[in-house]
Amino acid sequence: MSARPAIDGWFTTGDAPALLGSRCTTCATTYFPPTAGFCRNPACDGQDFETVELSRRGQVWSYTDAQYQPPPPYVPRTDPYEPFALAAVELAEGITVLGQVADGYGVGDLRVGAEVELVVETLNTDDDGDQLIWRWKPVTELGEEADQ
Amino acid sequence: MSSNDVAVLGVGMHPWGKWGKPFTEYGVVAARAALADSGVAWQDVDLIVGGETVRNGYGGYVAGATFAQALGWNGARVATSYAACATGAQALDTARARILAGLSEVALVVGADTTPKGFLAPNAGERWDDPDWLRFRLLGMTNPAYFALYARRRMDLYGATQEDFAAVKVKNARHGLANPNARYKKEVSVEDVMSSAVVSDPLHLLDICATSDGAAAVVVASTEYAARMGIAKPVRVNAISTVTPTFPNTVMDMPQLSTDAHGGTEPERTFKESIGDAAYEEAGIAPEDVSLAEVYDLSTALELDWMEDVSLCKRGEAESLLRAGETTIGGRIPVNPSGGLACFGEAVPAQALAQVCEVTWQLRGQAEGRQVEGAKVGITANQGLFGHGSSVILSR
Repeated sequence: MSARPAIDGWFTTGDAPALLGSRCTTCATTYFPPTAGFCRNPACDGQDFETVELSRRGQVWSYTDAQYQPPPPYVPRTDPYEPFALAAVELAEGITVLGQVADGYGVGDLRVGAEVELVVETLNTDDDGDQLIWRWKPVTELGEEADQ
Repeated sequence: MSSNDVAVLGVGMHPWGKWGKPFTEYGVVAARAALADSGVAWQDVDLIVGGETVRNGYGGYVAGATFAQALGWNGARVATSYAACATGAQALDTARARILAGLSEVALVVGADTTPKGFLAPNAGERWDDPDWLRFRLLGMTNPAYFALYARRRMDLYGATQEDFAAVKVKNARHGLANPNARYKKEVSVEDVMSSAVVSDPLHLLDICATSDGAAAVVVASTEYAARMGIAKPVRVNAISTVTPTFPNTVMDMPQLSTDAHGGTEPERTFKESIGDAAYEEAGIAPEDVSLAEVYDLSTALELDWMEDVSLCKRGEAESLLRAGETTIGGRIPVNPSGGLACFGEAVPAQALAQVCEVTWQLRGQAEGRQVEGAKVGITANQGLFGHGSSVILSR
């Protein structure tokens, strides 16, 4: 049994995991998911990209949850199904990236503008082991925020 | 009114529902209704444009030809359009372009769909380069989850409540009561919405539109052709906007997992704002002149977004118009007098044409039981997957 990313080349694992973007070497526009081929900035004819780690923290653009089991190709982690939360997070690069929310957190732990941090957790487990995925984890507990 | 107007001679629909029949049957019913309404014989139509349906096999991919054959081959030119939820508008735009170029005189535009039950899911197979597949596989991100992101932003940024969203459903359910083509013709209360299951917080089941079978068709012609037929004052198509986004597109759009990057400053306007702006500019008509709007309420909260996107009010003000009854028939700017997707459910390739049908009936004063009195100008708006969206402005 081993743990491996659910998709290759989109994020690093380890103590300080990060999403991997592609930065155009001509105009410096950054893309996620990673891209290759042609820069999509209409004012740029760049064709070369370097892989860069994206900001590990960002601000919540919005959030929700999935209270019904999504259809395939989603693979439920548990039977019976357990709902999970989702967030769109704005990074310093100016990209907003979707992700599930870290285990143990729900919509009650989030608000628009709140700071979250990237973590890597288990998406689901198959015969070959754990499939890993990036997730967004609230940085400031809502209670702490109210005390400030 | 500009020289780029085309005349709407006839409109028709097949009622929305879950009938389980082939999409071609619905399309033919709608087409025949539109032809009868127009007084144009099918043999005289010199162009047919079909809205493609991706769900119904090869016949759906070549919808224009499929409808043409079902109506009886008549030698007309044929085209088929696909632009997700904007499919019908793009098909109409194709017809308009050939008419304005003088290549065709009178065209039949048809969209029809037969839909599966439940969540719309991506195509089958392992599709690791398809964002529409990856968003389900990696994130479990359904369509309602995207709608819920937009809804939550309205709550956190503008103070919208779940009761406001429910009030949109209550209003649209009432609007659709007398609409013979609506699938749901039943009063709904705020309590009904609030007590239905939460699908994706903050949206309840009754905040989210169903998927439906249905069909809509429009007969359009040059204004000269309309005049020759003796139609003194036809409804006119003043604008059809089918713009793509402008880079960087920084608002999260279904089915993407991310947005483009902005270099530190947000673009001047969003994609959805640009859709309406382009329509107003093309029509030479201002938002203040609009009598009614048919906008894409895939969710109740999205109707509120659209009111701002097509400049019926300023950003963050939609709830106050809703609460004051201004978007109800009889109010200052009725929104979705047809009952909207709340009463119809979504039949993708037909929906943008259904919006045009409703606006046409409203402008002719034929929207029995849901008429916006004195309607002069109507606007439609919708957005679909992969940078598609449309807005049509009609007037009489």
